[in-house]
Amino acid sequence: MAKTIQEINEKIRQGKAVVLTAEEIIEVVKQKGSKRAAAEVDVVTTGTFGPMCSSGAYFNVGHANPRIKMGGGRVTLNEVPAYAGFAAVDLFIGATALAEDDPRNKVFPGKFSYGGGHVIEDLVAGKDVRLTAWTYGTDCYPRRALDTWVRLADLNEAALFNMRNAYQNYNVAVNLSDKVIYTYMGVLQPRMRNANYCTAGQLSPLLNDPFYRTIGVGTRIFLGGAQGLVVSHGTQHNPGVRRTEQGLPRTPAGTLAVMGDLKKMSARYLRGASFTGYGVTLTVGVGIPIPILDEEIMKFVAVSDAEIVAPVVDYSEAYPNCKPGTLAEVTVAQLKSGEVTVNGKKVITAGLSSYVRAREIAQVLKKWIAEGDFLLAEPLAPLPAPESGYAFKPLKERPV
Amino acid sequence: MPKKKVVLNFPPQLIDQPITYRLIQKYGLVVNILQARIAPNEWGRMVVELNGNGGNLEAGLNYLAELGVQVEPLAEEIMWLEENCVHCTACVAPCPTHALDVERDTMTVSFDREICIACELCLATCPYQAIEISFD
Repeated sequence: MAKTIQEINEKIRQGKAVVLTAEEIIEVVKQKGSKRAAAEVDVVTTGTFGPMCSSGAYFNVGHANPRIKMGGGRVTLNEVPAYAGFAAVDLFIGATALAEDDPRNKVFPGKFSYGGGHVIEDLVAGKDVRLTAWTYGTDCYPRRALDTWVRLADLNEAALFNMRNAYQNYNVAVNLSDKVIYTYMGVLQPRMRNANYCTAGQLSPLLNDPFYRTIGVGTRIFLGGAQGLVVSHGTQHNPGVRRTEQGLPRTPAGTLAVMGDLKKMSARYLRGASFTGYGVTLTVGVGIPIPILDEEIMKFVAVSDAEIVAPVVDYSEAYPNCKPGTLAEVTVAQLKSGEVTVNGKKVITAGLSSYVRAREIAQVLKKWIAEGDFLLAEPLAPLPAPESGYAFKPLKERPV
Repeated sequence: MPKKKVVLNFPPQLIDQPITYRLIQKYGLVVNILQARIAPNEWGRMVVELNGNGGNLEAGLNYLAELGVQVEPLAEEIMWLEENCVHCTACVAPCPTHALDVERDTMTVSFDREICIACELCLATCPYQAIEISFD
Protein backbone atom coordinates (compact mmCIF):
# COMPACT_ATOMS: atom_id res chain seq x y z
CA MET A 1 0.00 0.00 0.00
CA ALA A 2 1.71 3.09 -1.29
CA LYS A 3 1.66 6.40 0.58
CA THR A 4 2.07 9.92 -0.74
CA ILE A 5 4.14 12.75 0.72
CA GLN A 6 0.90 14.71 1.30
CA GLU A 7 -0.54 11.84 3.34
CA ILE A 8 2.64 11.62 5.41
CA ASN A 9 2.61 15.41 5.95
CA GLU A 10 -0.98 15.18 7.19
CA LYS A 11 0.14 12.61 9.76
CA ILE A 12 3.08 14.86 10.74
CA ARG A 13 0.69 17.80 11.26
CA GLN A 14 -1.51 15.65 13.49
CA GLY A 15 1.54 14.45 15.43
CA LYS A 16 0.82 10.87 14.35
CA ALA A 17 3.71 10.19 12.00
CA VAL A 18 5.89 7.22 12.86
CA VAL A 19 9.51 8.30 12.45
CA LEU A 20 12.65 6.23 12.97
CA THR A 21 16.31 6.84 12.18
CA ALA A 22 18.13 4.91 9.45
CA GLU A 23 19.95 3.08 12.24
CA GLU A 24 16.81 2.15 14.20
CA ILE A 25 14.93 0.93 11.12
CA ILE A 26 17.46 -1.86 10.43
CA GLU A 27 16.31 -3.98 13.38
CA VAL A 28 12.63 -3.23 12.71
CA VAL A 29 12.87 -4.51 9.14
CA LYS A 30 14.80 -7.57 10.33
CA GLN A 31 12.01 -8.41 12.79
CA LYS A 32 8.89 -7.40 10.89
CA GLY A 33 9.96 -7.63 7.27
CA SER A 34 10.01 -4.75 4.83
CA LYS A 35 6.33 -5.01 3.87
CA ARG A 36 4.95 -4.63 7.38
CA ALA A 37 7.59 -2.05 8.30
CA ALA A 38 6.66 0.00 5.21
CA ALA A 39 3.02 -0.01 6.28
CA GLU A 40 3.82 1.04 9.85
CA VAL A 41 6.64 3.58 9.41
CA ASP A 42 6.20 6.92 7.63
CA VAL A 43 9.61 8.55 7.64
CA VAL A 44 13.21 7.40 8.12
CA THR A 45 15.78 10.06 8.99
CA THR A 46 19.42 10.00 7.91
CA GLY A 47 22.43 12.04 9.01
CA THR A 48 26.05 12.74 8.21
CA PHE A 49 28.73 14.98 9.74
CA GLY A 50 31.96 15.18 7.80
CA PRO A 51 34.42 17.55 6.15
CA MET A 52 32.82 18.93 2.95
CA CYS A 53 35.17 21.30 1.12
CA SER A 54 32.78 22.64 -1.51
CA SER A 55 30.88 24.58 1.11
CA GLY A 56 30.62 28.31 1.61
CA ALA A 57 28.41 31.17 2.64
CA TYR A 58 27.19 34.38 1.08
CA PHE A 59 26.22 37.58 2.85
CA ASN A 60 24.88 41.01 2.26
CA VAL A 61 26.76 43.13 4.79
CA GLY A 62 24.70 46.32 4.31
CA HIS A 63 25.88 49.70 2.98
CA ALA A 64 28.38 51.82 4.87
CA ASN A 65 28.11 55.59 4.90
CA PRO A 66 29.63 56.90 2.70
CA ARG A 67 29.10 53.96 0.36
CA ILE A 68 31.86 51.55 -0.68
CA LYS A 69 31.85 49.27 -3.74
CA MET A 70 33.44 46.01 -2.54
CA GLY A 71 32.61 44.38 -5.87
CA GLY A 72 35.82 44.49 -7.89
CA GLY A 73 37.85 45.23 -4.78
CA ARG A 74 39.49 43.00 -2.18
CA VAL A 75 37.67 41.87 0.96
CA THR A 76 38.73 39.79 3.95
CA LEU A 77 36.87 38.34 6.94
CA ASN A 78 39.28 37.78 9.87
CA GLU A 79 42.01 38.21 7.21
CA VAL A 80 40.61 35.34 5.11
CA PRO A 81 39.77 36.56 1.59
CA ALA A 82 36.12 36.57 0.55
CA TYR A 83 34.96 36.74 -3.07
CA ALA A 84 33.42 40.11 -3.87
CA GLY A 85 32.77 39.89 -7.61
CA PHE A 86 29.10 40.77 -7.18
CA ALA A 87 27.10 43.94 -6.45
CA ALA A 88 28.55 46.46 -3.98
CA VAL A 89 28.12 44.67 -0.64
CA ASP A 90 27.44 41.00 -1.45
CA LEU A 91 30.23 38.59 -0.51
CA PHE A 92 30.94 34.87 -0.69
CA ILE A 93 33.42 33.06 1.51
CA GLY A 94 34.54 29.53 0.71
CA ALA A 95 35.41 26.86 3.25
CA THR A 96 39.00 26.34 2.07
CA ALA A 97 40.05 30.01 1.78
CA LEU A 98 43.24 30.98 3.64
CA ALA A 99 44.65 34.29 4.83
CA GLU A 100 47.18 35.72 2.40
CA ASP A 101 49.93 35.52 5.03
CA ASP A 102 49.07 31.99 6.20
CA PRO A 103 52.37 30.06 5.94
CA ARG A 104 50.54 27.22 4.13
CA ASN A 105 53.03 24.40 3.49
CA LYS A 106 56.17 26.56 3.58
CA VAL A 107 57.24 24.65 6.68
CA PHE A 108 55.94 21.21 5.84
CA PRO A 109 53.53 19.97 7.01
CA GLY A 110 51.60 23.22 7.57
CA LYS A 111 49.12 23.51 10.42
CA PHE A 112 46.35 25.43 8.59
CA SER A 113 44.87 26.51 11.88
CA TYR A 114 42.38 29.08 10.52
CA GLY A 115 40.50 29.61 7.26
CA GLY A 116 37.13 30.07 5.58
CA GLY A 117 35.50 27.17 7.43
CA HIS A 118 36.52 28.71 10.75
CA VAL A 119 35.16 32.13 9.70
CA ILE A 120 31.79 30.50 9.02
CA GLU A 121 31.91 28.67 12.37
CA ASP A 122 32.82 31.90 14.21
CA LEU A 123 29.98 33.83 12.55
CA VAL A 124 27.48 31.11 13.39
CA ALA A 125 28.78 31.06 16.98
CA GLY A 126 27.86 34.76 17.20
CA LYS A 127 31.46 35.98 17.40
CA ASP A 128 32.66 39.32 16.11
CA VAL A 129 34.46 38.96 12.77
CA ARG A 130 36.69 41.66 11.30
CA LEU A 131 35.59 42.85 7.85
CA THR A 132 38.23 44.66 5.83
CA ALA A 133 37.85 46.01 2.29
CA TRP A 134 40.10 47.91 -0.17
CA THR A 135 38.72 49.08 -3.47
CA TYR A 136 38.55 51.90 -6.01
CA GLY A 137 36.26 54.90 -5.67
CA THR A 138 33.44 55.86 -8.02
CA ASP A 139 31.06 58.81 -8.15
CA CYS A 140 28.33 56.78 -6.46
CA TYR A 141 30.63 54.70 -4.19
CA PRO A 142 33.37 57.13 -3.12
CA ARG A 143 34.87 55.23 -0.21
CA ARG A 144 38.03 53.18 -0.77
CA ALA A 145 38.64 51.37 2.48
CA LEU A 146 36.72 49.83 5.34
CA ASP A 147 37.80 48.10 8.55
CA THR A 148 35.06 47.11 10.99
CA TRP A 149 33.73 44.40 13.27
CA VAL A 150 30.61 42.62 12.05
CA ARG A 151 28.48 39.84 13.47
CA LEU A 152 26.01 37.49 11.85
CA ALA A 153 22.93 38.97 13.53
CA ASP A 154 23.72 42.42 12.07
CA LEU A 155 24.14 41.27 8.46
CA ASN A 156 21.24 41.28 6.02
CA GLU A 157 20.92 37.96 4.24
CA ALA A 158 23.36 35.21 5.23
CA ALA A 159 23.07 31.83 3.54
CA LEU A 160 25.12 28.69 3.65
CA PHE A 161 25.48 27.59 0.03
CA ASN A 162 27.33 24.33 -0.53
CA MET A 163 27.85 23.22 -4.10
CA ARG A 164 28.82 19.67 -3.15
CA ASN A 165 27.85 17.89 0.06
CA ALA A 166 26.84 14.44 1.25
CA TYR A 167 28.90 12.38 -1.20
CA GLN A 168 27.24 9.04 -1.86
CA ASN A 169 30.05 6.70 -0.74
CA TYR A 170 33.72 7.65 -0.47
CA ASN A 171 37.23 6.29 -0.89
CA VAL A 172 39.19 4.63 1.88
CA ALA A 173 42.67 6.19 1.79
CA VAL A 174 45.95 4.35 2.36
CA ASN A 175 49.61 5.16 1.69
CA LEU A 176 51.75 2.57 -0.09
CA SER A 177 54.90 4.73 -0.09
CA ASP A 178 57.77 4.74 2.41
CA LYS A 179 57.07 8.15 3.90
CA VAL A 180 54.22 9.78 5.82
CA ILE A 181 51.82 11.71 3.60
CA TYR A 182 49.43 14.49 4.63
CA THR A 183 46.17 14.43 2.69
CA TYR A 184 42.58 15.61 2.80
CA MET A 185 41.92 12.10 4.10
CA GLY A 186 44.17 12.81 7.08
CA VAL A 187 47.70 11.73 7.98
CA LEU A 188 48.51 8.48 6.21
CA GLN A 189 51.34 6.44 7.70
CA PRO A 190 53.76 4.71 5.30
CA ARG A 191 53.42 1.13 4.05
CA MET A 192 49.69 1.09 4.70
CA ARG A 193 49.86 1.43 8.48
CA ASN A 194 46.42 3.07 8.56
CA ALA A 195 43.33 3.29 6.36
CA ASN A 196 41.18 6.42 6.71
CA TYR A 197 37.53 6.41 5.68
CA CYS A 198 34.83 9.04 5.49
CA THR A 199 31.22 7.91 5.44
CA ALA A 200 28.25 7.78 7.78
CA GLY A 201 27.54 4.33 6.28
CA GLN A 202 24.08 3.08 7.17
CA LEU A 203 23.07 6.60 8.31
CA SER A 204 24.33 8.33 5.16
CA PRO A 205 21.55 10.16 3.24
CA LEU A 206 22.29 9.05 -0.33
CA LEU A 207 23.19 5.48 0.68
CA ASN A 208 19.63 5.16 2.02
CA ASP A 209 18.12 6.38 -1.25
CA PRO A 210 20.60 4.95 -3.75
CA PHE A 211 18.57 5.75 -6.89
CA TYR A 212 17.37 9.19 -5.67
CA ARG A 213 13.74 8.09 -5.63
CA THR A 214 12.78 10.55 -2.90
CA ILE A 215 15.69 13.01 -2.59
CA GLY A 216 15.49 15.61 -5.35
CA VAL A 217 15.60 19.33 -6.08
CA GLY A 218 13.57 21.06 -3.40
CA THR A 219 13.81 18.35 -0.73
CA ARG A 220 13.69 19.95 2.73
CA ILE A 221 16.63 18.85 4.89
CA PHE A 222 18.50 19.39 8.14
CA LEU A 223 21.47 21.62 7.32
CA GLY A 224 23.88 22.87 9.95
CA GLY A 225 21.26 22.66 12.70
CA ALA A 226 18.46 24.41 10.79
CA GLN A 227 16.07 23.62 7.97
CA GLY A 228 17.62 23.83 4.53
CA LEU A 229 16.97 22.69 0.99
CA VAL A 230 18.50 20.54 -1.73
CA VAL A 231 18.86 23.05 -4.58
CA SER A 232 20.38 20.76 -7.21
CA HIS A 233 22.56 17.73 -7.71
CA GLY A 234 26.03 18.67 -6.46
CA THR A 235 29.20 19.19 -8.45
CA GLN A 236 30.94 15.98 -9.55
CA HIS A 237 27.57 14.13 -9.38
CA ASN A 238 28.38 10.79 -10.97
CA PRO A 239 25.43 8.43 -10.67
CA GLY A 240 26.48 5.91 -13.34
CA VAL A 241 29.20 4.11 -11.37
CA ARG A 242 29.26 0.36 -10.75
CA ARG A 243 26.78 -0.74 -8.12
CA THR A 244 26.12 -3.73 -5.88
CA GLU A 245 23.16 -6.04 -6.46
CA GLN A 246 21.17 -3.88 -4.03
CA GLY A 247 22.00 -0.80 -6.10
CA LEU A 248 24.58 0.72 -3.76
CA PRO A 249 27.41 2.51 -5.57
CA ARG A 250 30.80 0.83 -5.16
CA THR A 251 32.70 4.11 -5.54
CA PRO A 252 31.89 7.81 -4.91
CA ALA A 253 28.70 8.61 -6.88
CA GLY A 254 25.87 11.09 -6.28
CA THR A 255 26.29 14.48 -4.57
CA LEU A 256 23.99 17.29 -3.45
CA ALA A 257 24.05 21.08 -3.67
CA VAL A 258 22.31 22.46 -0.59
CA MET A 259 21.50 25.79 1.01
CA GLY A 260 19.93 27.24 4.11
CA ASP A 261 19.65 30.30 6.34
CA LEU A 262 22.99 30.63 8.16
CA LYS A 263 21.42 32.79 10.87
CA LYS A 264 19.36 29.85 12.09
CA MET A 265 22.27 27.38 12.12
CA SER A 266 24.42 26.21 15.01
CA ALA A 267 28.19 25.93 15.39
CA ARG A 268 27.64 22.42 16.76
CA TYR A 269 26.84 21.31 13.20
CA LEU A 270 29.20 23.63 11.26
CA ARG A 271 32.80 23.26 12.34
CA GLY A 272 35.96 24.68 10.82
CA ALA A 273 38.49 21.88 10.31
CA SER A 274 42.28 21.89 9.85
CA PHE A 275 44.03 19.13 7.95
CA THR A 276 47.77 19.12 8.69
CA GLY A 277 49.78 19.55 5.50
CA TYR A 278 46.61 19.93 3.40
CA GLY A 279 44.41 22.88 4.29
CA VAL A 280 41.22 24.01 5.96
CA THR A 281 37.63 23.04 5.34
CA LEU A 282 34.17 23.06 6.88
CA THR A 283 32.64 20.05 8.55
CA VAL A 284 28.93 20.11 7.78
CA GLY A 285 26.00 18.38 9.39
CA VAL A 286 23.36 17.22 6.89
CA GLY A 287 20.28 15.13 7.61
CA ILE A 288 17.66 14.09 5.07
CA PRO A 289 14.25 12.58 5.77
CA ILE A 290 13.18 9.74 3.53
CA PRO A 291 9.43 9.30 3.14
CA ILE A 292 8.48 5.61 3.11
CA LEU A 293 6.27 5.73 0.04
CA ASP A 294 6.39 2.00 -0.64
CA GLU A 295 8.09 -1.27 0.24
CA GLU A 296 10.99 -0.73 -2.17
CA ILE A 297 12.01 2.45 -0.34
CA MET A 298 11.79 0.58 2.96
CA LYS A 299 14.16 -2.05 1.60
CA PHE A 300 16.61 0.70 0.64
CA VAL A 301 16.57 2.42 4.05
CA ALA A 302 17.09 -0.92 5.82
CA VAL A 303 20.64 -0.97 4.43
CA SER A 304 23.28 -1.80 7.05
CA ASP A 305 27.03 -1.18 7.30
CA ALA A 306 27.79 -4.80 6.38
CA GLU A 307 26.23 -4.29 2.92
CA ILE A 308 27.96 -1.01 2.07
CA VAL A 309 31.32 -1.36 0.32
CA ALA A 310 33.99 1.29 -0.21
CA PRO A 311 37.09 1.23 -2.43
CA VAL A 312 40.58 1.30 -0.88
CA VAL A 313 42.73 3.76 -2.84
CA ASP A 314 46.45 4.55 -2.59
CA TYR A 315 46.92 8.28 -1.98
CA SER A 316 50.71 8.28 -2.44
CA GLU A 317 50.72 7.43 -6.15
CA ALA A 318 47.35 6.38 -7.64
CA TYR A 319 45.21 9.28 -6.39
CA PRO A 320 47.57 12.19 -7.16
CA ASN A 321 48.26 10.85 -10.65
CA CYS A 322 44.68 9.88 -11.48
CA LYS A 323 45.63 6.23 -11.88
CA PRO A 324 42.53 4.08 -11.86
CA GLY A 325 42.24 0.95 -9.78
CA THR A 326 41.40 0.12 -6.23
CA LEU A 327 43.48 -2.05 -3.94
CA ALA A 328 40.49 -3.73 -2.33
CA GLU A 329 36.86 -3.34 -1.45
CA VAL A 330 35.94 -3.29 2.24
CA THR A 331 32.62 -2.96 4.03
CA VAL A 332 31.73 -0.08 6.31
CA ALA A 333 31.14 -2.65 9.08
CA GLN A 334 34.77 -3.76 8.72
CA LEU A 335 35.99 -0.16 8.67
CA LYS A 336 34.09 0.60 11.87
CA SER A 337 35.51 -2.49 13.59
CA GLY A 338 38.90 -0.74 13.69
CA GLU A 339 40.76 -3.03 11.31
CA VAL A 340 40.49 -4.12 7.67
CA THR A 341 42.50 -6.55 5.59
CA VAL A 342 44.02 -5.18 2.39
CA ASN A 343 46.12 -7.47 0.19
CA GLY A 344 46.47 -9.86 3.11
CA LYS A 345 47.72 -7.15 5.48
CA LYS A 346 45.81 -6.05 8.56
CA VAL A 347 45.42 -2.29 8.58
CA ILE A 348 44.16 -0.08 11.42
CA THR A 349 41.27 2.18 10.40
CA ALA A 350 40.38 5.72 11.43
CA GLY A 351 37.38 7.83 10.47
CA LEU A 352 36.97 11.41 9.33
CA SER A 353 33.18 11.52 9.42
CA SER A 354 31.65 11.44 12.91
CA TYR A 355 29.19 8.58 13.28
CA VAL A 356 28.29 9.86 16.76
CA ARG A 357 27.21 13.23 15.41
CA ALA A 358 25.54 11.68 12.33
CA ARG A 359 23.38 9.68 14.72
CA GLU A 360 22.63 12.82 16.71
CA ILE A 361 21.53 14.66 13.52
CA ALA A 362 19.23 11.79 12.51
CA GLN A 363 17.73 11.91 16.03
CA VAL A 364 17.22 15.70 15.95
CA LEU A 365 15.53 15.48 12.56
CA LYS A 366 13.35 12.61 13.83
CA LYS A 367 12.28 14.77 16.79
CA TRP A 368 11.47 17.75 14.55
CA ILE A 369 9.26 15.59 12.35
CA ALA A 370 7.63 13.67 15.19
CA GLU A 371 6.77 16.95 16.92
CA GLY A 372 5.30 18.46 13.76
CA ASP A 373 7.99 21.14 13.32
CA PHE A 374 9.29 19.83 10.01
CA LEU A 375 7.15 18.94 6.99
CA LEU A 376 8.44 16.96 4.03
CA ALA A 377 8.76 18.77 0.71
CA GLU A 378 7.76 17.22 -2.58
CA PRO A 379 10.79 17.32 -4.93
CA LEU A 380 10.38 19.73 -7.84
CA ALA A 381 12.66 17.72 -10.09
CA PRO A 382 14.64 14.49 -9.72
CA LEU A 383 18.44 14.31 -9.51
CA PRO A 384 20.17 12.83 -12.58
CA ALA A 385 19.76 9.07 -12.15
CA PRO A 386 22.19 6.24 -13.00
CA GLU A 387 20.61 5.56 -16.39
CA SER A 388 20.60 9.28 -17.33
CA GLY A 389 24.10 9.09 -18.76
CA TYR A 390 25.10 12.06 -16.59
CA ALA A 391 28.80 11.66 -15.73
CA PHE A 392 31.76 13.37 -14.10
CA LYS A 393 34.54 14.15 -16.61
CA PRO A 394 38.23 14.90 -16.07
CA LEU A 395 39.71 18.19 -17.27
CA LYS A 396 40.86 18.08 -20.87
CA GLU A 397 43.95 20.28 -21.08
CA ARG A 398 44.57 22.02 -24.40
CA PRO A 399 47.77 23.79 -25.43
CA VAL A 400 47.49 27.57 -25.20
CA MET B 1 54.37 1.14 45.21
CA PRO B 2 55.48 4.63 44.17
CA LYS B 3 55.41 5.16 40.41
CA LYS B 4 57.06 7.88 38.37
CA LYS B 5 57.14 8.76 34.67
CA VAL B 6 60.49 10.29 33.77
CA VAL B 7 62.56 11.23 30.75
CA LEU B 8 66.14 9.92 30.82
CA ASN B 9 68.72 11.73 28.69
CA PHE B 10 71.86 9.65 28.16
CA PRO B 11 75.17 11.32 27.23
CA PRO B 12 76.78 9.55 24.23
CA GLN B 13 79.52 7.97 26.38
CA LEU B 14 76.95 6.05 28.45
CA ILE B 15 75.00 4.31 25.73
CA ASP B 16 77.13 1.17 25.81
CA GLN B 17 76.29 0.52 29.46
CA PRO B 18 73.43 -1.77 30.57
CA ILE B 19 71.79 0.90 32.71
CA THR B 20 68.22 -0.34 32.47
CA TYR B 21 69.41 -3.80 33.49
CA ARG B 22 71.08 -2.34 36.63
CA LEU B 23 67.90 -0.48 37.56
CA ILE B 24 66.03 -3.76 37.48
CA GLN B 25 68.67 -6.04 38.96
CA LYS B 26 70.29 -3.81 41.57
CA TYR B 27 67.38 -1.63 42.64
CA GLY B 28 64.49 -4.00 41.98
CA LEU B 29 62.62 -1.44 39.91
CA VAL B 30 59.90 -2.28 37.44
CA VAL B 31 61.02 -0.41 34.33
CA ASN B 32 58.37 0.13 31.68
CA ILE B 33 59.96 1.66 28.57
CA LEU B 34 57.41 3.92 26.91
CA GLN B 35 59.64 5.44 24.27
CA ALA B 36 63.33 5.07 23.49
CA ARG B 37 65.86 6.40 21.04
CA ILE B 38 69.44 5.30 21.51
CA ALA B 39 71.96 5.64 18.68
CA PRO B 40 75.80 5.69 18.50
CA ASN B 41 77.49 9.04 19.20
CA GLU B 42 74.23 10.77 20.05
CA TRP B 43 72.40 11.72 23.18
CA GLY B 44 69.91 8.94 23.90
CA ARG B 45 66.40 9.61 25.15
CA MET B 46 64.14 7.23 26.98
CA VAL B 47 60.70 7.80 28.45
CA VAL B 48 60.16 5.29 31.24
CA GLU B 49 57.74 4.55 33.99
CA LEU B 50 59.64 3.48 37.12
CA ASN B 51 57.94 1.51 39.83
CA GLY B 52 59.77 0.53 43.06
CA ASN B 53 59.44 -0.40 46.72
CA GLY B 54 60.52 1.72 49.69
CA GLY B 55 63.60 3.78 49.00
CA ASN B 56 64.47 1.81 45.85
CA LEU B 57 62.93 4.34 43.49
CA GLU B 58 64.93 7.18 45.02
CA ALA B 59 68.10 5.07 45.14
CA GLY B 60 67.67 4.14 41.49
CA LEU B 61 67.23 7.79 40.50
CA ASN B 62 70.35 8.71 42.50
CA TYR B 63 72.30 5.99 40.70
CA LEU B 64 71.24 7.48 37.35
CA ALA B 65 72.22 11.00 38.46
CA GLU B 66 75.65 9.80 39.62
CA LEU B 67 76.27 8.13 36.28
CA GLY B 68 75.51 11.39 34.49
CA VAL B 69 72.09 10.47 33.11
CA GLN B 70 69.90 13.56 33.19
CA VAL B 71 66.56 12.75 34.74
CA GLU B 72 63.59 15.00 34.05
CA PRO B 73 59.99 14.55 34.99
CA LEU B 74 57.77 13.80 31.97
CA ALA B 75 56.77 17.39 31.41
CA GLU B 76 54.66 17.07 28.31
CA GLU B 77 51.12 16.07 28.75
CA ILE B 78 48.54 15.47 26.05
CA MET B 79 45.23 17.13 26.73
CA TRP B 80 42.04 15.87 25.10
CA LEU B 81 39.54 18.73 24.94
CA GLU B 82 36.30 16.79 24.93
CA GLU B 83 34.15 19.83 24.14
CA ASN B 84 36.07 20.32 20.87
CA CYS B 85 35.99 16.62 19.90
CA VAL B 86 33.41 15.54 17.33
CA HIS B 87 34.31 11.82 17.66
CA CYS B 88 35.52 11.43 14.08
CA THR B 89 38.11 8.86 15.30
CA ALA B 90 40.95 10.24 13.12
CA CYS B 91 43.30 10.29 16.14
CA VAL B 92 43.03 6.63 17.10
CA ALA B 93 45.01 5.02 14.26
CA PRO B 94 48.46 6.37 15.20
CA CYS B 95 48.04 5.99 18.99
CA PRO B 96 50.51 3.26 20.03
CA THR B 97 49.05 2.60 23.49
CA HIS B 98 45.31 2.95 22.76
CA ALA B 99 45.17 5.89 25.15
CA LEU B 100 42.96 7.36 22.44
CA ASP B 101 40.44 4.66 21.70
CA VAL B 102 36.97 4.07 20.29
CA GLU B 103 34.06 2.41 22.03
CA ARG B 104 32.99 0.42 18.94
CA ASP B 105 29.31 0.03 19.86
CA THR B 106 28.73 3.77 19.92
CA MET B 107 31.83 4.94 17.93
CA THR B 108 32.65 7.34 20.80
CA VAL B 109 36.27 8.43 21.30
CA SER B 110 37.80 8.33 24.77
CA PHE B 111 41.19 9.28 26.21
CA ASP B 112 43.01 7.54 29.06
CA ARG B 113 45.78 9.88 30.18
CA GLU B 114 47.24 7.21 32.48
CA ILE B 115 48.50 5.18 29.54
CA CYS B 116 49.41 8.11 27.26
CA ILE B 117 53.16 8.30 26.59
CA ALA B 118 53.04 11.77 25.04
CA CYS B 119 54.48 10.51 21.73
CA GLU B 120 52.56 13.36 20.03
CA LEU B 121 51.58 11.30 16.97
CA CYS B 122 47.93 12.24 17.49
CA LEU B 123 48.56 16.00 17.37
CA ALA B 124 48.71 16.28 13.58
CA THR B 125 45.66 14.09 13.05
CA CYS B 126 42.99 16.12 14.85
CA PRO B 127 41.19 18.58 12.54
CA TYR B 128 39.26 20.21 15.42
CA GLN B 129 41.98 21.39 17.82
CA ALA B 130 40.67 18.88 20.33
CA ILE B 131 44.14 17.54 21.17
CA GLU B 132 46.72 19.84 22.68
CA ILE B 133 50.05 19.43 24.35
CA SER B 134 50.84 21.18 27.58
CA PHE B 135 54.25 21.65 29.17
CA ASP B 136 54.62 21.82 32.94
